[in-house]
Amino acid sequence: MTQSRREFIKIGAAGVAVAAAGTGLASNWWGLDPDVVHDPGTDGDKIVPTFCELCFWKCGVLAHVKNGRVTKIQGNPEHPLSNGRLCPRGTGGMGLLYDPDRLKRPLLRRKGKRGEQAFEEVSWEAALDFTAEKLELIRKTHGPEAVALFSHGYGGSFFKTLMAAYGSASIAAPSYAQCRGAREVGFQLTFGSSLGSPENLDLGNSRCITLIGSHLGENMHNTQVQDFAAAIAKGATVIAVDPRFSTAAGKAKYWLPIKPGTDIALLLAWMHVIVNEGLYDREYVDANTTGLAELRAHLEDKTPEWAFTETTIRPEVIVETARVIAGARPASLIHPGRHTSWYGDDTQRSRAVAILNALVGSWGRRGGFFIPASMGAPKIALPAPATKPRPAPDTPKGVSFPFADETLAHGLRDASIPGTAAYDVKGWIVYGTNLIQALPEPAKTIQAIQELELLVAVDVLPAEIVGWADVVLPECTYLERWDDVGVTPWREPFLAVRQPVVAPMHESKPGWWIAKQLATRLGHGDFFPYDDAGKMVEGRLAKAGYDVDAVKAKGLVRGKAVPVTTEDGLALSFATPSKKIEIYSKQMEAAGLAPLPVYTHHEEAGSGRFRLLYGRSPVHTFGRTTNNRFLGEVMKDNEVWLNAKIAKERGLANGQNVVLVNQDGVKSPPARLKATERMRPDCVYVVHGFGHTDPGLKFAKGRGIDDNALMSRSKIDPAMGGTGMNVNFVSVEKA
Amino acid sequence: MTPQFLETVTTRANAQIDPSLHVWGFEITIYLFLGGIVAGIFILAAALELVSGARPLSRFLRPVPFAALALLSVGMLALWLDLEHRLWAWRFYAVFRPTSPMSWGAWILWLVYPVGLAWGLGSLGSEERGVLRRWVPGVLRSAFEGILAFADKRRRSILVAAVLVGTSLGLYTGLLLGTMPSRLAWNSAVLGPLFLASGVSTGAATLLLLRLDDAERKTLVRWDAIAIGVELVLIVLLFLGWATSGEAGRFAAHSFLGGPYTAVFWSLVVVMGLLVPLAMEFLESRRHLRFVVIVPVLILAGGLALRWILLAAGQASSFRLLP
Amino acid sequence: MSVTKKRYAMTVDTRQCVGCKACVLSCKAENDVPDGFCRDWIVEDVRGEFPLLAAEIRSERCNHCSDAPCVKNCPTGASHVNEGGIVLVTHGKCSGCKACIAACPYDARFVHPKGYVDKCTFCLHRVQKGLKPGCVAVCPTGTLAFGDLNDSESDVSKNLRTRRWKVNHPESGAQPNLFFLL
Repeated sequence: MTQSRREFIKIGAAGVAVAAAGTGLASNWWGLDPDVVHDPGTDGDKIVPTFCELCFWKCGVLAHVKNGRVTKIQGNPEHPLSNGRLCPRGTGGMGLLYDPDRLKRPLLRRKGKRGEQAFEEVSWEAALDFTAEKLELIRKTHGPEAVALFSHGYGGSFFKTLMAAYGSASIAAPSYAQCRGAREVGFQLTFGSSLGSPENLDLGNSRCITLIGSHLGENMHNTQVQDFAAAIAKGATVIAVDPRFSTAAGKAKYWLPIKPGTDIALLLAWMHVIVNEGLYDREYVDANTTGLAELRAHLEDKTPEWAFTETTIRPEVIVETARVIAGARPASLIHPGRHTSWYGDDTQRSRAVAILNALVGSWGRRGGFFIPASMGAPKIALPAPATKPRPAPDTPKGVSFPFADETLAHGLRDASIPGTAAYDVKGWIVYGTNLIQALPEPAKTIQAIQELELLVAVDVLPAEIVGWADVVLPECTYLERWDDVGVTPWREPFLAVRQPVVAPMHESKPGWWIAKQLATRLGHGDFFPYDDAGKMVEGRLAKAGYDVDAVKAKGLVRGKAVPVTTEDGLALSFATPSKKIEIYSKQMEAAGLAPLPVYTHHEEAGSGRFRLLYGRSPVHTFGRTTNNRFLGEVMKDNEVWLNAKIAKERGLANGQNVVLVNQDGVKSPPARLKATERMRPDCVYVVHGFGHTDPGLKFAKGRGIDDNALMSRSKIDPAMGGTGMNVNFVSVEKA
Repeated sequence: MTPQFLETVTTRANAQIDPSLHVWGFEITIYLFLGGIVAGIFILAAALELVSGARPLSRFLRPVPFAALALLSVGMLALWLDLEHRLWAWRFYAVFRPTSPMSWGAWILWLVYPVGLAWGLGSLGSEERGVLRRWVPGVLRSAFEGILAFADKRRRSILVAAVLVGTSLGLYTGLLLGTMPSRLAWNSAVLGPLFLASGVSTGAATLLLLRLDDAERKTLVRWDAIAIGVELVLIVLLFLGWATSGEAGRFAAHSFLGGPYTAVFWSLVVVMGLLVPLAMEFLESRRHLRFVVIVPVLILAGGLALRWILLAAGQASSFRLLP
Repeated sequence: MSVTKKRYAMTVDTRQCVGCKACVLSCKAENDVPDGFCRDWIVEDVRGEFPLLAAEIRSERCNHCSDAPCVKNCPTGASHVNEGGIVLVTHGKCSGCKACIAACPYDARFVHPKGYVDKCTFCLHRVQKGLKPGCVAVCPTGTLAFGDLNDSESDVSKNLRTRRWKVNHPESGAQPNLFFLL
């Protein structure tokens, strides 16, 4: 007993000693062993403002440079397109700049066939001489218009100048006929103005946002998503029309899982309700539009019940959403979308969207479409081209598209197959656009390439098109070069500069230098009257009266705000023939096309097949960024989305590998299946831009699948020549 | 378990964390297993001497404290190998963190060695001491004699201390896991006693592999049977605890009732590692049958399996997997 | 004058988040997070059956718990509570025993290839310079807000007063400080 008590006291004493020691021992030895707030050390010793080129929105960024290395890229708080914030891609410029797979030196194909990738590294001198000689030869034998430029991206301006000097108007970008073209034409015909990029949407002030053909949020255009989120925060109603439960659908009060290809039926039924119930903006429509009476007659039988049979959206939902759309006017925005090349009647579809917007009076109104402001800087004086070039041969012989206001990229491709167009295209200069993944019917692209006398690729990475080139000219990235002054029409006027953050890596060169070198060799050096594009930019800014050093230090100069909506005091005007919003389009009528949007019932998948739909991820800009290892940290490949019940019926498990086989027997490589409740049962969905095949893309090669490879068919829009690409059907099979 | 109609997608794919936690592997299993055996040996061998009225143990039991320390050292080597920042191991001994079972464990390990050494030296016969004396260098000779004298004089206290540090060590290996509230299958106060009981049983099994005298063997078999009985009760309590603690407990229990560890747990741990040896020990005490090798081997295999299964199932039982 | 101690917290507006992952990438760049690891991440939960579906998107990270199991379980004092209740790891004190990883209810920690345990720091190195954490600064949708809960005028305090919210796994008892606005 006594012993145990003594033991107890001992233990107690020991406990006190431990506790006493613990006050120091358990913490930091009284400060001798301090806790540390580690600084990761990524702040730059230099911060350079420029604007982004991970996509084409042109957000202002601040690049941190430490010991000559770009450590991180942040949004420029002064820049109206970024407001200090960035999308995921914008943060990943380092992944492009330091991509080990970059094109490092000029390459020349001295032997073998095109596409065999038997390249030899050569000097710039040799590569440029070769290119210029070939260009000169084509100009002599076929005329300068036989050389086409395909371009995408801000640096393309210098190559357009080169083409002007050389004498060709055959300049195209897939961003028209394969993307936004139909939308632009539909709005141009209706409002006398296209939308451009960035679109003139005042989403932040909208009280109702209708997304039809837009998966905003996955389509990660920075400012637009900022505004979308701001509108949601303020309680805006979202109506999402999408066969897939998109991210935006997850934010929506109404998700309408529409049957793909039936948007026009829904749009007409909505208008039917709004017009019949007199919910449209009478004052606005009376003052600013023509053709309401014709529309009213046209809509008579476009009832919600009729639309239900086409769209599978229940009539009462159509009626309710129509009332919600009209109820929020004029701050009710029916989103025009961006990529709209789907079914071959996309101009009609775009017209329907435009007319619905006209009915709720959203054009030129707060929460609708603002009328963009812009400011410029005097262009440098260039010599007049010697002769006016022949029009681009971008349509088949005897075919024309009345409203094609830009050149059709696929049309120039097709003209490279001899004897099919007004004249043959013999040479391509491809600047920053991977035509293999961008143009539908890729087999035709390969066929055309084999007919060429010259294929020049100017690019940063070995995209597939680069592998087919005769000569490869490695451009440096946007972080290593000057480009021309950044002019972007927007809610408020501003000018931005793209300036080098670090010196060009490897032997890559800026686009302006490459274009100037070629122009000089072709005898047109006078089109590039400067030795440094930076000096040219500074000259333009100085001439416009800006403080050049301040613009360079801030990355931009902002102008005075001007009225951009009627609420700010703007007077509406429309550059249409009638000077009004043309609900009934006499222009279309004159061209032999339907003057009011008509619905066409499109071919359906048929049993065992699914309509192949494609879209975007917020992390990637199609195939341009899928080799970016930094962005790959959050998305390395794509998945095939398929309705969960359909998958189960077919014995397909979520996560297993499947292959897609299209209606013409084209088979995809294996890809992971995402069996999900988020899909309609009649279609499949993949994110575009994966499934690279070029061995030079060591990271992206073989990851995921390329939807474009399955697009052996497309449907041409008779109004503007765009390629509808949602017309392919696939079966889903076990890999 | 998972509710229907929920699709969860995460961008996180951190190594060792996703899709389910796996930071501790075979090194920790071995450490927990050997730690338990050493705890059992300390408790049982010291208690044997205490209950035998200070009669010296049989020849093969006398060097057992040294063998236990050697086993513990192997366990600590495994523990050290598991560290990601091995050169920083000394940081364990720069502080004492009263809220951290691992800190307690690190310091308990410090106590095990001196107690074990004093106990072991005191257990040596005069012949073995004579051999040792020849090996001890001159400068340490007087210290060595001092330790021997202390070990003889305080024999009883040292034996009590051996039982105490053994118990601490055995409890700690279980408490280490039991105080992780985030691992649903570990979050139980039963784990400490369970690992202690299992340690005693596996310690007994290890000792039973030695050539013991009949009295010692009989006592150890009886104690082992008691330890196994306690283990079975504690396992029942563990499941009872889960059964009464809602969704988290349901999720924890699922690993062993229908989940991935069901078969190994019930066959290897409960049947082969506990029930069969218990029955055999019962036969041994009643029918005078002897299972010299098979019973210890089954118990040891069961003890190893218990630790491996609890370690793995516990790591996989994350809050985030709860509905 | 009474000086109230700071209690830093973050709110995540699940209504505004589109799951774009800018927060994840911005964090990786800001904190030089090694390849294959992340300190913050996006979780997308979709409930229901076609066509009746509901989605919740969350930007998640260390919860900087007020009663942090990782700190309690750290045997070396490497995991500790720093300014404003932010839970940090002192690299030079961490032996890589991983007890904190096992203790974390949110699986927010990982072993840095250099051997120490790493996780979100609420960018305390930026906060001390008067900047917002990297994820908050980049977020294009304004989903994330950071501030002092003990300051009733901070964004986080206001959000918690005016909105419905939840935390992940309150049953862990760790008292997390990452709040999801519903």
